[in-house]
Amino acid sequence: MNTTALKSAGLGNAPGDAVEGRAKIFKMTQAAEEAVLRPQDYGRWSHELRAAFAARIALQYDERALSDQYAASAGAFASLAEPSQDGADDGLETVVAFMDKVATDTRNVTAADIAGLQAAGISDADIVRLCELNAFLAYQLRVIAGLRLMKDGYA
Amino acid sequence: MTEVITKFTRTVPHWQPRVKPVDLKDASADQLAALQVTPSNTKISEYVLTLAHDVESLQVRSPLFNAIMYDRGGMSRAERELGALAASMVNHCIYCAAVHAARHADLEKSTDVTDKLFRDGAQAELDPRDRAIFDFAVALSETPSQAGPQHMAALISAGLDEAEILDLILSSALFGWANRLMHVLGEPVRPPKTVG
Repeated sequence: MNTTALKSAGLGNAPGDAVEGRAKIFKMTQAAEEAVLRPQDYGRWSHELRAAFAARIALQYDERALSDQYAASAGAFASLAEPSQDGADDGLETVVAFMDKVATDTRNVTAADIAGLQAAGISDADIVRLCELNAFLAYQLRVIAGLRLMKDGYA
Repeated sequence: MTEVITKFTRTVPHWQPRVKPVDLKDASADQLAALQVTPSNTKISEYVLTLAHDVESLQVRSPLFNAIMYDRGGMSRAERELGALAASMVNHCIYCAAVHAARHADLEKSTDVTDKLFRDGAQAELDPRDRAIFDFAVALSETPSQAGPQHMAALISAGLDEAEILDLILSSALFGWANRLMHVLGEPVRPPKTVG
């Protein structure tokens, strides 16, 4: 199965019976990646900017190879992949700070964080789009980390 | 005034969105199709109407969610709920924790495990199998994941087979996703009491 999650976990070629038994889930996971990284209705967030956020989040999860893979599609936004960049050069500091908090400090997100995006002129639909991108990556990066441990545990 | 709930509970709160959900009368054809709105099905939760702002994600998310939590084989449904609950406790998603603690109690026909977890936190006394499941899911839910070979070894020695471990990875990771929608886009509230 040619999916980002399986390839990143080193299970692209011989995934084993357990993964084969859940093949439908891995195909749907790949479809979900398409929906957040390359949607037709991308709103305010271009495919390149989405790739940059994905690269940044992958690095926050210590997934350097996958981060580089996402960053290759990030065009002019590629520098945002580096967590030290705050987005100010692109006028995105509020959005970048929000994405960082949702990715790495979820439990402390409050109503004020959403209100801050609204005050910066971000529409509600674009706020939902940001959350879906961030939330999907939280899932996929954990699937990758878990699969890698499973593969080694049964090696 | 509505009261925001900040403590874990098995009583499922009302979820109050922080953004304006899609209004059905303004919904696009794609949104109506994703919401499966029909003349006999017009009751859609505010949560799903909020997610309808990103219709392409909503379309793939719902069947994926159901497959991970309910497809046959592999890990028991109650143990998948325990993985979901562990993630929700790490991310402090009160709403998700309530829903999935209630489902766990329902499936197990016992509130014992979830009572202990809500009373004593992650260090609550659990049987060895639940302990290994809960600890793995908690570690995987940190950012970045803190799950290591010792957690995997504990699952294997607690008797989980590979298919069960895969379902645990999927169900706890899925709540890394769900918590970042529920806990970020809205808050759990107790509706105002009716006076008089």
